Amino acid sequence: MSAAAIAPPVRRRRRGLRAGRAVLYLLLLLLAVFYLLPVYVVVVTSLKSFIEVSNSTPWDLPTAPTLAAYGDALAKLGRGFFNSALLVVPATLGSALLGSLNGYVLSKWRFRGSNLIFTLLLFGMFIPYQSVLIPVVNTLEQIGLYGGIPGLILVHVVYGIPITTLIFRNYYAAVPTELIEAARVDGSSVLGIYRHIIFPLSVPAFVVVLIWQFTSIWNEFLFGVTIASDPDQQPITVALQGLAGSLLAQYQIQMAGSLLTALPPLIIYIALGRYFIRGLLAGALKG
Amino acid sequence: MATAQDVVAGRLRSRGRPAFDTERIVPVLLILPSVVLIALFVYFFIGYTGFVSLTAWRGIIPDYTLVGLQQYQQLAELERFQADIHNTIVFTVLFLAASIVLGFSAALLLDQRLKGAILFQNIFLFPLAISFVVTGTVWRWIWNPTNGLNVLFERAGLGFIKLDWLTSTETALYALVVAAVWQMSGFCMAMFLAGLRSIPEELREAAHVDGASWLQTLRYIILPLLNPILLAAIIILGHISLKIFDLVFVMTFGGPGFATDMPGLHMFIATFRQNLYARGAAIATVLLLMVAVLIVPYLIWTNREERRS
Repeated sequence: MSAAAIAPPVRRRRRGLRAGRAVLYLLLLLLAVFYLLPVYVVVVTSLKSFIEVSNSTPWDLPTAPTLAAYGDALAKLGRGFFNSALLVVPATLGSALLGSLNGYVLSKWRFRGSNLIFTLLLFGMFIPYQSVLIPVVNTLEQIGLYGGIPGLILVHVVYGIPITTLIFRNYYAAVPTELIEAARVDGSSVLGIYRHIIFPLSVPAFVVVLIWQFTSIWNEFLFGVTIASDPDQQPITVALQGLAGSLLAQYQIQMAGSLLTALPPLIIYIALGRYFIRGLLAGALKG
Repeated sequence: MATAQDVVAGRLRSRGRPAFDTERIVPVLLILPSVVLIALFVYFFIGYTGFVSLTAWRGIIPDYTLVGLQQYQQLAELERFQADIHNTIVFTVLFLAASIVLGFSAALLLDQRLKGAILFQNIFLFPLAISFVVTGTVWRWIWNPTNGLNVLFERAGLGFIKLDWLTSTETALYALVVAAVWQMSGFCMAMFLAGLRSIPEELREAAHVDGASWLQTLRYIILPLLNPILLAAIIILGHISLKIFDLVFVMTFGGPGFATDMPGLHMFIATFRQNLYARGAAIATVLLLMVAVLIVPYLIWTNREERRS
C-alpha cells in the first residue's frame, strides 16, 4: 500500500481529534480542579486573619491578606519542623547506605538462599507496623531509646531497609556483571569493587532512594505518635495533629501549619519529581 | 561458546579454593546487619505480637498468662471490631474502585499527547508527596458542615446536597474515601500511564489499520495488556487501604461512634490509650493476616516472574 493511499483516513482522524481535543482539555481541567481544591483552601484560608476565618464567606479570597497565621504556625510547629529535620537526615542516610550494600550483595554476589532472603526482606515493607508496635516500644524502652528522636531514627532505618534494598538491587542488576568480573580478575576485593565501581555508579539510585526515604519519613505519623512521647521531640506531623486539636477553630493557623508541614516534600517533588515517581513505582514495578 | 564469565570462573577455579574464601564470606557479612535487624524487628516482633495476643495482658505491667484464643473470640463479638471489619471492607472497595477509575481515566487523557499534559500530570501526582496528616487536616475543613463544601453548594444553588459529612454516621466513611482517593489516585495514574507508554505504538496502529475503533482498540488490545498493572495497583493500594491509620486518626478518630473506625486505629487506641495490650496485639495480628493474604501471593508471583525472565 502506498503512502498516498493511507493519507486520507489519517487526515480525517486528525480532524476528529482536534474537535475532541477541547473535550479532553475540559476533562483534564475538571480533574485538576479536584486535585487543586485543597491547595486553594490552604492558600486562601492561611492568608486570612482569625476574624475573617470566622465569618461566613470561607471560600472567598482574603479581603486583607496577612501572613500572621504563618507566624503563629511557625511558633507552634517550628520545634516539630526542626525535630523532623533532625530525624529525617540520619534515618534517610542510614537506610540508604544499608540498602545499597544489600542491593549490591543480592544482585552481584548471590549465594544459595539469597533470593529467599531478599523476598523475606521485602515482606517487611508491606507489614502493618501495628503488628510490631508493642515489641518496638518495649525494646526501645529497654535500650533507653523510647520517647523521642533517637528511637525514631533507629526504627526508620530498620523499616526502611526493605524498600531501599529493593531499589538498589533492581538498579545494580542492570550494571554489567563483566565489570565486576574484570575487577575480580584484577584482584579487587568484594568491598573494593563496591567502593571503586558500584558506589560511583550509584548516584541515580541514591537520588531515588534518598528522596523516597526523606518523603516517607518526613510524612510518617504512626511511629511518631507512638514513640515520641516527649512533646519536645515530636516530629512535625505529630505536632500538626496536636495543633489542629488544640486550636480547633483557628483554621488559618491549621492551614498555614499544613503548608509548612507539606513544604519540604513538596519542594523536593517540584524539583525532582521524576525521581520521586521512580521511587513510588519501585514497590510495584520490577526493574 | 565460552563467555568471559566462564573464562574468569574457570581461571578462579583452577587456582583452587582458598581455605578462607573471602568472596563467599564478605558478601554474607555485608548483609548480615540488615538480615539480623529485619529478622528481629519484623519476624521476631511479629511472633512476639502473636504471642501477646494469646495472653491476658491488660494494664501497663506485662501479664503473660496464656488464655488461648480468648482475645480473638472477644474481638469477634465486639461491636467496635465488627464495625472495623465492615468499614475496612467498604472503604477498601470504594477507595480501590474510585482510585482505579479516576487513575485510569487520567492516564488515558494524559496519554493523548496533548500540549501541557506534563503540567496536569504533576497536578495529579503532587498529593502523593504529602503527608496523610496534612491531607486529613485540609479535608476535615472541606467536609466541615458549617464552613466547607456546604457553603459552596449553597451559593451555587445546590443547597439540597448539603449534608453533615464528617459528623454524620451515614456519610463520614464516604468523606474519608474522597480524601484518600484525592491523595492516592495519582498512584494508579502513574502505574497506568507507565503501562500505556510501554505498549508499542505499532500495535495501536495495526488495530487502527484493521478498522478497529478507538473503543475496540481499548477494549481488546490495551486493557488486556494492562491487566498485570491493574493487579499490582490493586495489591499495593489494597494493602495501603487495609492499613489506613493516619487519615482516620486526623479526620475522624474513628467517629462518629465507630462509623469510620478501622483496625489500625482500633489497635492503637486499645493498646496505647486503654492499655488493653493483648487485645491490641490480637487486632494487629488480624490486620497482618489480612495484609498477608494480599501480599504473600504477590511476592511469590513477582519472585517467580523474575526468575523466569
